[in-house]
Formats: sequence, C-alpha cells, structure tokens
Amino acid sequence: MQVSRHWRLQQQRYALVGQVCADCEEKIFPPRGVCPNCAKETSTAFEFSGRGKVYSFSTVYTAPAGFEGSAPYTIGLVQLEEGPLVTAQLTDIDNDHVEIGLDVEMVTRKLLQDGDRGVLVYGYKFRPVVPVWETELEDELYALA
Amino acid sequence: MTNVYITGIGQTPVGEHWRTSLRELAWQAIEPALVEANLHYPDALYVGNMLSGAISGQEHTGALIADYCGFRGVEATTIKAGQASGGVALRQAYLALKSGEIKTAVVVGVEKMTDRAGGELVSAVASGLDADYEAAQGLTLASAAGLLLQRYMFENGLELRDMAGFSVNAHANARNNPNAMFRNQLKAEKFPAAAMVASPVNMFDTAPDADGAAALVLVAADTPPETENGFKPIQITGSAVSTDSVALHDRKEFLTFEAVRRSTEKAMEQANVKHADIDLFELHDSFTVFAALALESAGFAEMGKGWQLAANGDLGIDGAVPICTLGGAKARGNPCGATGIYQALEAVQQLRHTAGGSQVEGAATALIQCVGGTGASVATHVLQA
Repeated sequence: MQVSRHWRLQQQRYALVGQVCADCEEKIFPPRGVCPNCAKETSTAFEFSGRGKVYSFSTVYTAPAGFEGSAPYTIGLVQLEEGPLVTAQLTDIDNDHVEIGLDVEMVTRKLLQDGDRGVLVYGYKFRPVVPVWETELEDELYALA
Repeated sequence: MTNVYITGIGQTPVGEHWRTSLRELAWQAIEPALVEANLHYPDALYVGNMLSGAISGQEHTGALIADYCGFRGVEATTIKAGQASGGVALRQAYLALKSGEIKTAVVVGVEKMTDRAGGELVSAVASGLDADYEAAQGLTLASAAGLLLQRYMFENGLELRDMAGFSVNAHANARNNPNAMFRNQLKAEKFPAAAMVASPVNMFDTAPDADGAAALVLVAADTPPETENGFKPIQITGSAVSTDSVALHDRKEFLTFEAVRRSTEKAMEQANVKHADIDLFELHDSFTVFAALALESAGFAEMGKGWQLAANGDLGIDGAVPICTLGGAKARGNPCGATGIYQALEAVQQLRHTAGGSQVEGAATALIQCVGGTGASVATHVLQA
C-alpha cells in the first residue's frame, strides 16, 4: 500500500497544477526541475484550465493489475489549450466514439484502488465538453431534487 | 589504439522456459560463449536486465549470476535501462574495455518473464513508463505504442493493414532461426483481423513477451586477437547511448525517436560509415510503429515514410535495408532486457556468415539498436567483420 506517493501528487491530480516558467513563460505539466524550453530553473505554480483536444488515443484491452475491471478503457493524449500534452483516461464516452480533435474537459474520477485494502486513488480524467444547455438543465434538475 | 572485439557468443532459445530460472537462463547463454572464446574467468561481468525485481523478486543479479557461473570474486554489475538494458550493458562493457582497466568481459542479457502472467506482467512491463503520470492512468507499453501508432496513421493517412509488412518480414526471417519463438509464416491479409491488445495495436502488431538469455565475450586488443573457434573476431566500431523523455507527453516532436537519431548519428560517425555501408539493421520492433519510427529517425527513410519500406518489401534479406534478419522481437520473441544482446549475437552470426537461410549476402557491417520504453533509452552499435 502506498499512501504518501499518491497524496503528494494531489495538486496535480485534483487541480492540474503545473508551472509557468518565470523566464520564457512556457506552460509546463507535469511540473519539473528545469524548464524544457529555456533550461532555466525558476518557475511558478500554474493551474491549467482543464480544457483541451484529443491528440491521440488508444483503447486498452489487456490491462495492468488494478485496472482489469475497467477494461476496455480508452487513454487519450490530451493537448491542453495552454500547450502541454497530458496522458489521461477518457470518460463519459463510448470507446468507439473517440476521435482525434475531440474537445474535452477535465473531471475528477476514481483512477484505481491500491490493492484490496489500499487507498482509492482519485485524479483527472477527461470527458467530452458538455454543451452549456445540458449543464443548465442539469442544474435545474438538481434544484428540483 | 585499443579496439573491442566479440570473440564468443551464446544464447538460449527464446520462449516459455517453465523449468528454467533467471540464473540458469544466464548460464545457458554464458557457457557456450566462454567455450567459443576459450575463456574461463573474465575481468568483469555486465548483466543487462529489466524486470528481475518485479517478476522474480530478485535484484542484485550481478553478484548472483557471477557466483552461479563460477566467476565468484569478479567485478559484476547489472544495468537497468528498460528494454534497452542489454544494449546499454554492452555500451558499459565497451567503455570499460576501451579504458584499459579490463581486458576481457562477459555481457549477458537475461530476462525471465513467464513467472508472472496477466495484469501483473503487464504492470511490470509498464514500470518502464512514467509511473506517476502514465502508468497511474492505466497506460501500458502497448497502449503507449497505440498512442504513437494512432497518431502515425492519422498524420500519414494510413490504415492498420499498411503496417503489416513489418510483421510479415519478421516471421519470414525467423523461419531460419532455430532459437526463434515463432517460425510460422504470417499472411498480410490476416494482420488487421487479430485481436486487439491496445487499439490500434493488435496481437500481430506486438512482439510476444518471452524468456531468454544471450551472452557475448568481449576482448580488448590493439589488433584482432587469435581465436580457436575458426571465426574472425567481430569488432565493435561504433557505440552510443542517448536518452529522451520517459513520458510520451513530454516529447518535443511526438513522432520522432530523438534518442534513436542522436545515438545513430554518433555511432555511425564513430565507425565512419554511411547509410549505404550498412548491410543490415537490427532495430527494435517491439511494435510495428517502433520499427517505422526507428527507420525514419535513424535516417533510412524520410519522416512519415518508414512504413513504405515495409509495404514495398525493401526490408527483406535481399532488400535495400534488411532488418530483423533472424526474426526481430516480433518473431524471435521479446525477452525485454536481453534484446540488445540477442541483436548483437545475431549481427555476429550475419558477419560470420553463419546465419543460414537468413544470411545477408556478403554482410560486413551491421547496425544494432535497442529501444527502452517508448524511446527513452536507446543504445546503438556498429559491428564490423
């Protein structure tokens, strides 16, 4: 069971917190020690918007330990609107409806359970961007309930 | 000037060795290499291995294998660089021999895969990816290759069947390799119909995980050493290792294997050879898209056109750029960290002209290259007769 390994990534997993290079303004995710663009060390925290487009994708049929119950699931490379690519599962969409260029947004979902008695690990996945009228309808339904 | 020569080779057949452990596999490869080279005790042992900890619960394999093989007391170390472990181990041995600190070395690539199965094995192999930002999302090596292949097909307007030539060629070449795992022939029209592993990567696109070990005896000398085995020593004339981001999402150019480009340039410059001088290229075809990207990044094809060499049949034994001449990872089998040494051994067979029905006529210069992860570690060597 690993607790601190996942806990220490909560800023990244829950809020897509990366960095912006103080020198060349490169947006960086995941965070790293040295800017990949200008090789300077300085950088400040930067929260990404969570919106992007599918750059590539693959549907996993032969799954690793801890993910067998989810297979087949689709992993995307999402190009965030600020630039970087992120590796993340796509959710709320049928596997055969995914295509390159699809508009997606970040949501927080369960990623895996760390063994039978381990922690539940939550983090980012991406779903197709929901049209505004649909979210408004959702809000109304919640208000009624 | 000190040169480095290969004077002995040994291997186990690649496959499912249920009765044989990690250390026994290593010895089965080392013993015939020692006999060929007429050596009993090297100055140093280098072990290339990726997964002994995750699969066999055994680390510290330098000392373990040294002791099992009768080298107790020898300097020994294990090199871990994902699926490139074998090639990076060869590089470390080469550097030590070049330095003059040692005169003889044994390099063994060994991988015991079949002591884990299913999701556990998939997870072990995925440990060569970025654990926090790739594997934690459920990414596997095959699905990482799927991300590359999906984008490669998208940008070049391809369908899955356009990649079939790589696997068909590998199986055709393995027919003549008694140590290969799959010597059956693959029909191109069957290729797109295979079961999916991680779309668009299917069973016929991916190399099979397997047990295996291969070993080399290396000797440092100013001139080719005398041998008693009747074979001319094979010289390592170029040697380079390069790295790239472990995670695919951190690449500068998504469809370029930058570490392939850099290490190939360095190794070929060191050996003073041009592309036209290369008689065969043992590249790391864990997936068809890896083969296409390796051909492009190494300069054998224009970017986006590596697949055409396979489709046009240019990669066969008699083709312009023979690759995977004894089956490659696809048909010889894929014992991850041992691959680099299998490639070196197969290149030696080609340069000795003992490759049987898969012999590249007049082979004198071979390029070998193994790729760890999705291109994060790449070891490239030039071998010459």
